[in-house]
Order: sequence, then structure tokens, then C-alpha cells
Amino acid sequence: MGELEYLITKDFEEIFSAIEKTKGLAKFIAGGTNIIPYMHAEAISPELLIDLNGLEDLKYIREKNGTITIGALTTISEIVASEIIGNKCQILHSAANSLGSPLTRNRATIGGNLADASPAADMAPPLLALEASIHTKRGGVEGREIPLDKFFIGPNKTVLAEDELITQIRFSKPKDSARGIFIKLGLRNSLAISVVSIAVILDMEGQVCQKARVALGAVAPTIIRAFHVESKLEGGEINENIIQECAEIVKEEISPISDIRASAEYRRLASSVILKRAIQQVLKGEVL
Amino acid sequence: MKTYLIEIKLNKELKEVEVTAQETLLEILRNKLGAIDVKDGCGKGDCGACAVLLDGKAVNSCLTLALQANGKEVTTLRGIGNEKNPHPIQNSFVKHGAVQCGFCTAGMVVIAKAFLNQNQNPSRQEIREAISGNLCRCTGYEKIIDAIQNMALESKS
Ligand SMILES: Cc1cc2nc3c(=O)[nH]c(=O)nc-3n(C[C@H](O)[C@H](O)[C@H](O)COP(=O)(O)OP(=O)(O)OC[C@H]3O[C@@H](n4cnc5c(N)ncnc54)[C@H](O)[C@@H]3O)c2cc1C
Ligand code: FES
Ligand code: FES
Repeated sequence: MGELEYLITKDFEEIFSAIEKTKGLAKFIAGGTNIIPYMHAEAISPELLIDLNGLEDLKYIREKNGTITIGALTTISEIVASEIIGNKCQILHSAANSLGSPLTRNRATIGGNLADASPAADMAPPLLALEASIHTKRGGVEGREIPLDKFFIGPNKTVLAEDELITQIRFSKPKDSARGIFIKLGLRNSLAISVVSIAVILDMEGQVCQKARVALGAVAPTIIRAFHVESKLEGGEINENIIQECAEIVKEEISPISDIRASAEYRRLASSVILKRAIQQVLKGEVL
Repeated sequence: MKTYLIEIKLNKELKEVEVTAQETLLEILRNKLGAIDVKDGCGKGDCGACAVLLDGKAVNSCLTLALQANGKEVTTLRGIGNEKNPHPIQNSFVKHGAVQCGFCTAGMVVIAKAFLNQNQNPSRQEIREAISGNLCRCTGYEKIIDAIQNMALESKS
């Protein structure tokens, strides 16, 4: 490995030209809670670390005209403490509150959680269910807006170019009639990586489900939306039969692997049971 | 090795130190600044023994680059209290038998300090959540929770 260098700056252009010079050997660091362990394990050996904490104004949670925006450098603790998130999207609050420990949450950022693209990343299922998009900045060309369901392409792989960084996460404030829940199954109560995680949002008009959004983590190469489950739920009344059918459909929509935390078979069964529980709880009036 | 000169305020004292881009805050605290009151447990965020306050917030120093502490205030156990002048949290740990081998204690006192600054009237469940990133292999946690809760009660009365 060559010498490791470090850059912290306010200037986006300085970042982009440094990336161009290092040709594939530069890495961004935000909270460092993923990347520092990767470097220690020698899973990656960059020659330049670019600390995004020098960039100003990437740390905020705002609401304007029904749109909520979160700066990429916002820490998970800041999301847990945010009134906007607590009042308007409880599912994102509970996901944030389940991530790591209070110590890690004080460093870990939302941008780092998404860019790392772990199939078990806990902020991703609620954000997918909220139909969030990612805003980026890039060297030389315009930044873009990427819908989150087009963002992940494999375990630890995203569509981000090497010289592209996340600046903001954005989604519409859920309707007042929408209800949702985030359920995470881990192997213990704290500091647990998800074995299965599920985010469900249902927009009900009386007994009729107008819109359903269902996202799952840790059961496929990326965080996924369960499109077939969603269409089963939409357009009619949700009764026990429908819920039972969803619990079967979801087993086919996921493609889990066996790893140190659980077998593929266990993940299939657990997804089915937790999805059922999630829908039932939302119907009972779990608030978003 | 390329090195960088950083400045940190360690327990209120200004320190200058040469660090590399790889080094963590934990490594330089222990190896270059003599702050061996910060403990090196797992080195990867799982145990909380390395907890310090970075600009007042409790973090794992093993998951923070030394360079990321540049220009910031770092408070370790000794910045909270020492043998001659122990902090009430430390007295409460002693009084409630919350220290056995002592390896987790530095991190526990640091997290307790950050937590009690925000919540002066915690429930046992809130304390459990606050220390959920700190492992203790000896006490079974109950005495640590007693110590933190009683400290909160006593400081109110
Ligand atoms: C003890 C422990 C427990 C954990 N528990 C959980 C858990 O329960 N759930 C969970 O989901 N995760 C968990 N994690 C993983 C990690 O803490 C989170 O994924 C965290 O949100 C990562 O954010 P970070 O800022 O620390 O990322 P970093 O480590 O700084 O960066 C991660 C990756 O993202 C890239 N990156 C960072 N910011 C940007 C940006 N703005 N634009 C483009 N690329 C960027 C970096 O280059 C790097 O490749 C845990 C980690 C530890 C150490
Ligand atoms: S040494 Fe840092 S958490 Fe264990
Ligand atoms: S007292 Fe021994 S680890 Fe806690």
C-alpha cells in the first residue's frame, strides 16, 4: 500500500480535482464507522481519504412545502433527536434509533449508511418506503437526483460514480392519513445488525388501502421493495386472507442468503411472519 | 509515512501531536499522549471501552480518525474526575459496587456523564439504552444502572 493522505476542505472543486489526480485510490470518509473498520481489516486500501466533514451545510433536517430534506452529513443521533422526523415520520425515527449504539450513532451519518449500501443498512428500508431520492454533486458535470429504488445495485455497490458524492436525501412528507411501521429483527437488543428488517407504509381511506409501500432489508443482495406485496395490498380492503397471501408472496420476492447471523430458510420464514405482524400493527393504527 | 500536525484540547490542555492518516483517536491518545485511561477493547465499535467526549458528545475513539479530532475538545475519564478529585459519578460507581475488574469503567463513566448532562431524571430503561454500546463482562450491569440512577437522584436532592 502507498502512503495514505488526508484531505479536508470546504471546496467541492478541490475534492473533485484531488479524486481525478488519485485515479481510483481516493475514498470519502464521513463518520468513519464503516470505513475505519474496513481499513483495519485491509478490505480496502485507499491512498487518499477525503473527509466530507469540511463541507459546510450538509448537516441539516428541513421541512418546506411538504418536502423533507436531510443533509448527507447529518448524524443518526441528529435524526433520532429531530422533531421533524419524530412528528412526521416515525418509521425513520425508529430505524435510526435501532442503528448501532448511542456511541456509534453520534458519528454515523445517513449519507454513509446509504453509500455503504450494505444489504442490512437500517436507514434504507424506511427511506425506500417513503420513496426518497438521493441528490448528488459530481466533478465536471451536473449532479443528479437518483430515486432510491434505482440507487443500490448489489452488496456494497451503488450507481454513484467515483467522483460523485451524496449531498442530500429528500422525500415528501407522508400524508396525514398514512400509517407506517419499521420492524427490525436482530440477534440481540443492542448493537445488532439486522437479520431481517421491514418498513411498511399504508395509506388507508376507511377500509380501503389507497397506497402501500413495503421495503425489506437483509434478505436480498440489496434493500428491496416488495412490489408484488404492494399491489396485493392496494385497491381494496385488507383482511386476514390478503395478509396471509402477502405473507406467502413475500417469500418469493426475496432472495436471502445464509450467513453467520441466519440461514436463508430462517430469513424466508422470519420475513413472512414479520411482514404479517407489521401489516396487522399498521392496521391497528400505528402512527407514522 | 506522511504525517500531519494536529491540535486537540485534551482535558482542557492544548496538545500538538504528529499523526498519520491511518491513526485513530484511540491510538494517539494511548500511544502518543499518554492517556491510558482510555481503554482499547475491541478496536471496532463493539465494546465502548474507548469512549471519549468529542466536543461534548460521547463517541468510540476507535472509530474516529485522529485527524477528525483536529481543533476539537477531547475529554477522557481523567478529564471528568481523578483520584484526588473524583466526579460524583465515580463516587457513585464506587459506592454501588459498579466496578469489578474496572476495564469497562472508563467508558461507562464517560457515557454516563454525557447521558446525565441531557437527562437528569432517567428511568432504568433509559439508562439501559444509554449504556447499550458499552459491554461489561463482570457486573451484570445492574450495579452500574444503580450507580447512574442514584447519582441522578442525589444530585437533584
Ligand atoms: C459497532 C457498529 C454497529 C453498527 N450497527 C449498524 C446497524 O445496526 N445498522 C446499520 O445500518 N449500520 C450499522 N453499522 C454501520 C455504520 O455505522 C452505518 O452504516 C453508518 O451510517 C455509516 O455512516 P458513516 O458516516 O460512519 O460512514 P463512513 O464509514 O464514513 O462511510 C461509509 C461509506 O460511504 C461512503 N460515503 C460516506 N458519505 C458519503 C457521501 N456523502 N457521499 C458518497 N459516499 C459517501 C464512504 O466513502 C464509505 O465508502 C454499525 C457499525 C458499527 C461499527
Ligand atoms: S475499543 Fe472502541 S468500541 Fe471497543
Ligand atoms: S467491571 Fe469488568 S468489564 Fe465491567
